[in-house]
Amino acid sequence: MLGRTANGLYWMFRYIERAENSARLVDAGLRMSLTRSEATEDDWNGVLQSSGIRDIYDERYEKTSSADAIDFLLREKANPSSVLSCIETGRSNARMVRTALTRETWEAVNECYLDMKALLARRVKPTELPEVIDTIKRRTGLIRGAFHGTMLRNEIFNFSRIGTFIERADNTARILDVKYYVLLPAVSQVGSSIDNVQWESILRSVSAHRSYGWVYEAEYKSSNIADFLILNGRMPRSLAYCYDKIVSNLGYLAREYGERHNAHETAEKTLASLRNHSIKDVMDQGLHEYIENFISDNNRLGQEISDGYRFY
Amino acid sequence: MMNADNSPRQPYTTYNEWYDNQDRARLIAKSKEAENIFRKTGITFAVYGHADSSEKLIPFDLIPRIISGREWRRLAQGIEQRVIALNAFLDDIYHKQEIIKAGRIPRELIERNEAFLPQMIGFRPPGGVYTHIVGTDIVRTGEDQFYVLEDNARTPSGVSYMLENRETMMQMFPELFHQNRVRPVENYPYLLRHSLASLAPPGCTGKPRVAVLTPGIYNSAYYEHAFLADMMGVELVEGSDLRVIDGKVKMRTTRGYEAIDVLYRRVDDDYLDPLTFKPESALGIPGIMDVYRAGNITIANAPGTGICDDKAIYSYMPEIVEFYTGRKALLENVPTWRCSETDSLQYVLDNLADLVVKEVHGSGGYGMLVGPTASKRERATFAEKLKARPNNYIAQPTLSLSTVPILVNKGIAPRHVDLRPYVLVSDKVQIIPGGLTRVALKAGSLVVNSSQGGGTKDTWVLED
Repeated sequence: MLGRTANGLYWMFRYIERAENSARLVDAGLRMSLTRSEATEDDWNGVLQSSGIRDIYDERYEKTSSADAIDFLLREKANPSSVLSCIETGRSNARMVRTALTRETWEAVNECYLDMKALLARRVKPTELPEVIDTIKRRTGLIRGAFHGTMLRNEIFNFSRIGTFIERADNTARILDVKYYVLLPAVSQVGSSIDNVQWESILRSVSAHRSYGWVYEAEYKSSNIADFLILNGRMPRSLAYCYDKIVSNLGYLAREYGERHNAHETAEKTLASLRNHSIKDVMDQGLHEYIENFISDNNRLGQEISDGYRFY
Repeated sequence: MMNADNSPRQPYTTYNEWYDNQDRARLIAKSKEAENIFRKTGITFAVYGHADSSEKLIPFDLIPRIISGREWRRLAQGIEQRVIALNAFLDDIYHKQEIIKAGRIPRELIERNEAFLPQMIGFRPPGGVYTHIVGTDIVRTGEDQFYVLEDNARTPSGVSYMLENRETMMQMFPELFHQNRVRPVENYPYLLRHSLASLAPPGCTGKPRVAVLTPGIYNSAYYEHAFLADMMGVELVEGSDLRVIDGKVKMRTTRGYEAIDVLYRRVDDDYLDPLTFKPESALGIPGIMDVYRAGNITIANAPGTGICDDKAIYSYMPEIVEFYTGRKALLENVPTWRCSETDSLQYVLDNLADLVVKEVHGSGGYGMLVGPTASKRERATFAEKLKARPNNYIAQPTLSLSTVPILVNKGIAPRHVDLRPYVLVSDKVQIIPGGLTRVALKAGSLVVNSSQGGGTKDTWVLED
């Protein structure tokens, strides 16, 4: 398979994953501003920061308002992580690798793009927002469904999955990076309503507020939340889950090609560290530092995959 | 479609009975459905010079154009003769140039032609085939009366529409294919792959590796490039994927570099090799021409075939066919005035209102004047262009093209069409029964190019 095709698949799925993530952040931000009347500006600042687009936002707007922030996350062309930008870039990559995709997968991506272009052609009215977010989730869900239902489990599949999980790990880590302080034991006052709202917002931004309840018996506790997002191997957006998948997808490629690269070692090392530590270890080591290291290792892994498989 | 007495022509009789039993509203709804299928699948093309409309749909008309088996056989014979002549002509002009020596074609028309590639002189491509894929544009003016409008020997496009149109028709109206015996076109990608592989260079042992070279996703025909690669089950490559290593053209794969034996390129000659042609080209592969000349890769179509698409060369086609096949051309050429000749230029200027004037290297319906429908002012402006660069133009009379019905809101209406059958050349000539019918959607218009608002239809050749 062409290196450029592997690259296109990898980024196609990174961007589709990121589109979903941006939509989820809007959803979580919206929820917070519904729950609390004051201090919403701070919440949106946090959201913009998680998405890594604070600087571009500040170039455009003097202050943070929820309407501007939502628009920026959903439609702004200058924001490469806005839903519309992501879907456009993802679809453009899909067009490039079209011969590697099943008709169903391509059509799901193309229809998602056509839908988004129409849906996000102008500012979304607050009353339409829930429906818009729902459509984004549904459309990206259809892509996932078509992909899983129809694609051969070969190298194409594995490169696509690697893109998905590198991006997902990055997204979850960024949310933690911005919100880490509300999870620190010293700061949190058990049971305070502010914390509860903050925690719930974190869980919502990874679509995990319900599943958290099942696993930790609905008890909001900062160390449990950190455990869920970082170490819990069953939670599909946790760092551990993402790395479990990345290692398995890279392992497939190593077997198929009879060749290992630096990327394999990096990924396995990260997975081992996620498996062998308890959340107490992480907290003791320093949550913030841990997350920062993770983000930088994850970026390096992306680079090593690109080098090893001749993306360029 | 109709006889003089207003009864449907023979190949349309079965279809016509079906049509008479259809509810028009349902057909209009089917039209919309077809459009949705095309949009969803992304069967689009790009129009250059339109900023906001980067991807457009080609309108699809759901009334098929039907050709009888008998009429097709005659047409196919004429096409085969012409394609054989084209290949012989190319071989000749890059070798002995006997046609020039015989005084049948002026030397400067060949050697000063910008599509003539000196790099090809003395080189014979694998199998002696220059134009592997040809699209001959044909118009019908009456029963068994066909004219060739132009030869596309460089890179004929549109074959994906032939295939998708058929696919869409079969999806929407399966019953029509039970009632009519329509010859299949679906095996085109299979035939193309085999035709290409059979012309692998002599140095290729083992199974030939074929790839399609595209300029990339912003090219107007990108959809077709991806479609053909997909249907043939071969890689779709860009220049940046390829590199010359150890005298072979190789593509960068996730496991390292792997050799390509046959490259179906959809990149123009000028951009193929920055070392040989345009140095600034980022679309090509530096050094591919050396590999080619060393006999280590097959390029389809061969570089330098574009000279056959030249409209001044076209005007010599009757001579060319006769010179190489020893017989009169079975298919007629449209009478053509070469504006480079003083007498002809004067005639063209005097009769501009009745003529179609085209650029010799033009394509896609750009830069042409359709005299009868142009305004006085447009004609005057064009006359100045003609006088400034007469060599750049040829002129032809407007033919009374036959029309076929299309579906409009009020029912059916006649529109002018042309036909582009696709021809594959290897050690044999294979003509796909059917082709791309392009239709001028504006009433009275003669311009069928998609870039100028033309549409397409499914084209049926019946078994009989």
